[in-house]
Amino acid sequence: MSWRRNGHAGGGDRPPTYSALSLLRHGLVHDDWPRVWRRVDLERRYDAIIIGAGVHGLATAYYLASRHGMRHVAVVDKGYVGGGGSGRNTAILRSNYLTPEGVRFYDRSVQLYRTLAVDLNFNVMFAPRGHLTLAHNDGSLRTMRWRAEVNKLQGVDSEVIDPEEIKRLVPFMDVSRYTRYPILGALYHPPGGIIRHDAVNWGYARAADALGVQIHQNTEVLAIRTESGRVTGVSTNRGEVSAPIVVNCTAGWASLISEMAGVRLPIITHPLQAAVTEPVKMFLGAVVVSGSLHVYVSQTDRGELVFGASTDPYASYSMRGSLEFTEELAGHVLELMPSIAKMRVLRQWSGLCDITPDFSPIMGVTPVEGFLVDVGWGTYGFKAGPAAGEAMAELVATGSTPRLIAAFDLARFEEGRLASERGAAAVGH
Amino acid sequence: MILIPCPHCGERNSNEFSYIGETKPRPPVDADTAEWRRYLYEKRNPAGWTTEQWFHASGCRAFFFAVRHTVSNEVRWTGLPGEPIPTEALS
Repeated sequence: MSWRRNGHAGGGDRPPTYSALSLLRHGLVHDDWPRVWRRVDLERRYDAIIIGAGVHGLATAYYLASRHGMRHVAVVDKGYVGGGGSGRNTAILRSNYLTPEGVRFYDRSVQLYRTLAVDLNFNVMFAPRGHLTLAHNDGSLRTMRWRAEVNKLQGVDSEVIDPEEIKRLVPFMDVSRYTRYPILGALYHPPGGIIRHDAVNWGYARAADALGVQIHQNTEVLAIRTESGRVTGVSTNRGEVSAPIVVNCTAGWASLISEMAGVRLPIITHPLQAAVTEPVKMFLGAVVVSGSLHVYVSQTDRGELVFGASTDPYASYSMRGSLEFTEELAGHVLELMPSIAKMRVLRQWSGLCDITPDFSPIMGVTPVEGFLVDVGWGTYGFKAGPAAGEAMAELVATGSTPRLIAAFDLARFEEGRLASERGAAAVGH
Repeated sequence: MILIPCPHCGERNSNEFSYIGETKPRPPVDADTAEWRRYLYEKRNPAGWTTEQWFHASGCRAFFFAVRHTVSNEVRWTGLPGEPIPTEALS
């Protein structure tokens, strides 16, 4: 029972450990499973309020508490922990981007993910299985070569490989020349892989809570209060809260939250759908992505195939799935791997993506003093969570923007210096 | 799947159309660069009723306006450029 007490502590520096014996006992008896993070009353005042209890908000809170000693912080969310994009993504990690700024930033995230299980004392099931981005035409092969060279210059392991090598890595792939879209090559990125996204959210929540951070679920921000160009706090459905710093980590809903502070963002919200099949024996090692076919697929540790696609082609906050998505997805997946034709889709779902014009995020200060944004995460937010949290925490605590995220500021749009990741951020652009 | 009533062709599946984006007032020709950039990039991105432009790419190839709810995806008015939007569609 000692881990349970520790779980409630909130004073220690390390998240509590789990005891196998205690887990076994609870698994058999099922009485009184202890809470993993506390449920506390909303206070009237915090040093910082973070809106959005997804991986970005929780990571920001965790690094604020662990690296900078700022523990009187509240993470508020209108829903539950990891209920937005953080629990709806396809859990793929990689750093093979196109711009040097992008590669450096996402590589920092992969580095943090690599040791996250130890840091948080929570099994996040990171599996660096390798990541393949297929090229079906000369244009995309050229982009792959470009990405590989940019990656190598930044010390990231990426290489263009030929169809034979693809076949060796993924034996079930149809690499023959007689398909509708023959595979000409692929960008192979060995450090890429998959992770258990819910575990990442829960791990951060638990570790942040152990350091004293308060996580408030079902707490909706209704307004953001400002006074002569400075943020002073937020109004929630549970009352008024004041804080000198408010961080917007709300992904798909980022425009609505920023609008409350009078900050208009260059963001359009698009739904992105995903689907998962019934579990089968492990057969797919690497993560396979095809931009031309608008699809990416990986096999989870449970054996399910997880598919993602391009975003729905119009702005929407609707999270309903559509039949045309499943239909198109199945067609494209079968073109790559005809042998899985008999597998059945278990479920499909949808999440919201806050897409920016240059497919890079927006992190940092806004015209409203104290109101910070960590938004514009489009289809690549989950893989960036730890690095974004680390950088945002530094910004909150020190007041200066870390170099790693300097290129991703909001002012870049007005000043005309976009960081275009169009060629590497997602499929189907 | 959402159905969009094209002013020429009637209700069609949304994948026949290209989404152009929300409509907004164009700055005056002598506006400065910063204002043009704001016009280009800043979006209202509302969760609710909005007026936007669509293109019937796989149909009559007309550009037209639609009043759509971005949460329910309901379209309650479409019309060609120049057609006045009824006030009850905007409220």
